[in-house]
Amino acid sequence: MSPTVEVRKTYKLYIGGAFPRSESGRSYAVHAAPGRAGHPGAFLANAADGSRKDARDAVVAARAAFPKWSGATAYNRGQVLYRVAEVMQGRAAQFEQEVAAAEGLTPARARATVQAAIDRWVWYAGWSDKLPQVLGGLNPVAGPYFDLSVPEPTGVVAVLAPQGSSLLGLASVIAPVIVSGNTCVVLASERRPLPAVDLAECLATSDLPGGVVNLLTARTAEVAPWLASHRDVDALDLTGAADAPGVDWGALERAAADSVTRVLRPAGTGPAAIEPDWTAEPGLGRMTAFLETKTVWHPKGI
Amino acid sequence: MPRFDYAPAPESRAIVDIRPSYGLFVGGAFVEGHGTPFKTVNPATEEVLAEVAEADAADVDRAVKAARTAYTRVWSRTSGRDRGKWLFRIARILQERSREFAVLETLDNGKPIKESRDVDVPLAAAHFFYHAGWADKLGYAGLGGSPADPPRPLGVVGQIIPWNFPLLMLAWKIAPALACGNTVVLKPAETTPLTALLFAEVCEQAGLPPGVVNIVTGAGPTGQALVEHPGVDKIAFTGSTEVGKLIARAVAGTRTRLTLELGGKAANIVYADAALDQAVEGIVDGIFFNQGHVCCAGSRLLVQESIHDDLVRRLQRRLATLRVGDPMDKNTDLGAINSAAQLEKIRELADAGEAEGANRWSPACELSSRGYWFPPTVFTGVAQSHRIAQEEVFGPVLSVLTFRTPAEAVAKANNTPYGLSAGVWTEKGSRILWMADQLRAGVVWANTFNKFDPTSPFGGYKESGYGREGGRHGLDGYVQTGGAA
Repeated sequence: MSPTVEVRKTYKLYIGGAFPRSESGRSYAVHAAPGRAGHPGAFLANAADGSRKDARDAVVAARAAFPKWSGATAYNRGQVLYRVAEVMQGRAAQFEQEVAAAEGLTPARARATVQAAIDRWVWYAGWSDKLPQVLGGLNPVAGPYFDLSVPEPTGVVAVLAPQGSSLLGLASVIAPVIVSGNTCVVLASERRPLPAVDLAECLATSDLPGGVVNLLTARTAEVAPWLASHRDVDALDLTGAADAPGVDWGALERAAADSVTRVLRPAGTGPAAIEPDWTAEPGLGRMTAFLETKTVWHPKGI
Repeated sequence: MPRFDYAPAPESRAIVDIRPSYGLFVGGAFVEGHGTPFKTVNPATEEVLAEVAEADAADVDRAVKAARTAYTRVWSRTSGRDRGKWLFRIARILQERSREFAVLETLDNGKPIKESRDVDVPLAAAHFFYHAGWADKLGYAGLGGSPADPPRPLGVVGQIIPWNFPLLMLAWKIAPALACGNTVVLKPAETTPLTALLFAEVCEQAGLPPGVVNIVTGAGPTGQALVEHPGVDKIAFTGSTEVGKLIARAVAGTRTRLTLELGGKAANIVYADAALDQAVEGIVDGIFFNQGHVCCAGSRLLVQESIHDDLVRRLQRRLATLRVGDPMDKNTDLGAINSAAQLEKIRELADAGEAEGANRWSPACELSSRGYWFPPTVFTGVAQSHRIAQEEVFGPVLSVLTFRTPAEAVAKANNTPYGLSAGVWTEKGSRILWMADQLRAGVVWANTFNKFDPTSPFGGYKESGYGREGGRHGLDGYVQTGGAA
């Protein structure tokens, strides 16, 4: 009896709710994490090698999605994020396999990591309708005025996803950006991009409007500068600069300065960038980094 | 209608004692600067008020070291309760010496005495009073940490402030920085250094430990030396978007934190159902307060088409009663333009408005031949493409545009790289709230304009900067917290 020939998946980009190949026609080979004895990892798949133009298309899609997503009710956004967790849970086995191969984890570690990633979506889902109460409020001004401050999403956020933690880290940088109403363009881990494509397939079936999250598999050093200097990108998350080959986060921050783009620097001290511990409780920082505060005044009187 | 003229009502300048020359305030004492001293003038008369030292890079370095020493040895070991008490003292001294500060501010800046007396100085004192109370309550501010383990200060903060509200901007910067436990090196603007230098005396009177507040005077190069100093943990800047971008580039790739409060081109939107007389007062406050030297000035008036002619007529009638002249006169509404350079910039943009086809109008007013003056000016028939509709004039120049539908009003209001403030005038509550949601601006004034309060966060969207000043939100720029670090 001949063995079953498995149907393999084509790993593509996720832009505007669709799954195109790179307009460049390029791809790059993705391998599993090297074995303990230093054996090179097995070939896993060819990932799309996203280009400058793919990144620009993704920014256009993210901008187009912003009014509707930022204008959705907090309740609605919370349910959509929770739905992502639901869909991921149903595909947990596939994620475990992908993460184990990408990161070289034991099945038990992979299982724990995938569950933590799912739980992270649930944690952030609950924040959607609490942020304005925690971060906003009435200001007791010295005069007859109603004066209210509320958080609002910054706009389109370009995210360098962490290079090491291909799923938990990825979820931990996307969820806090979109829960408040931002839309984003995400560069997946360069060497471990496959779990990101799986996540994109979950996002596409989670009632998340197309364009809210756009995921590119690409060479970070090639594409990130175009996102950093893009005038329609409002904020830049440089978390994934840590261990990204050829990436100088200072240069990216400099490029962002010309349009007063908000920048979340990578963790670490001095010029060094380190990847954070993704198992820790996240805190508010990744949400507040991509929020504006709007203050509205109105006189009181009769 | 008979015209009633006002007799002159000049405020006396006898209360201030301006020294012929000023040094830098470093480590609790006035010291000499090693740059080229510069003169600060009264923009209403061009009279030289004083000669002021210029801090060169070595002076800035000494100031940063003094701030670091004070931080390490004293301020970081001072309890929040005691920091608060020092800030309360400063607030009280500012109130006690308010007339002196108001007169000095008006002499050095050119703004009407009624504004420095009723707005700048009282608000500056209020900022210290407000932040004094936070100093021992930071763990309750929701910035991370806890009452037992409050968020930590950053260390030494470099602060660069503009010339339009010299003392008030100083208060916006220094009060939260000190309340959160940081020490400060502050650079006031080169055309308006005097109230900051008088503030140094307040620090002395308050008994503030030496080095907690340091003041270095100078122009761009002094600011640059401060921005590029590796011993500075955070830069807080208020000024032009152009300079803000340079600063953002300079600190990129370092761990120096940055907050920016930059330019604006606010839309002031008047619907046909607005209370028009109130709206006219708001329009006047919005663009002619402080000669329009206000980053959040309502410089683009968007009027619903059906009331355009009526509103412009009412506005012109009102502007004809504005009194332009001696800033020290208590009846003056519009004072002097702060500097010859700024006057030149306003003239250039106003001339561009005319050249591009907008209709220019100013009320009849006599301007002194000495000093820097520009009449209140209204342009009608302005297109969105005109420079006066796009660029920040930072002067008493209003551009009038029209709209038909709410959607058009929003599109035009947001059609700018800036996003600092906006105004809405309508008697319909639901429309106010809808507009407030749609406008991409950090402050939205509905049926009012240009209101400020220490409890109310202020700051911009988009190229108007990032970070907030005032309120609980303003503390965030001066502490280290957990979270995404």
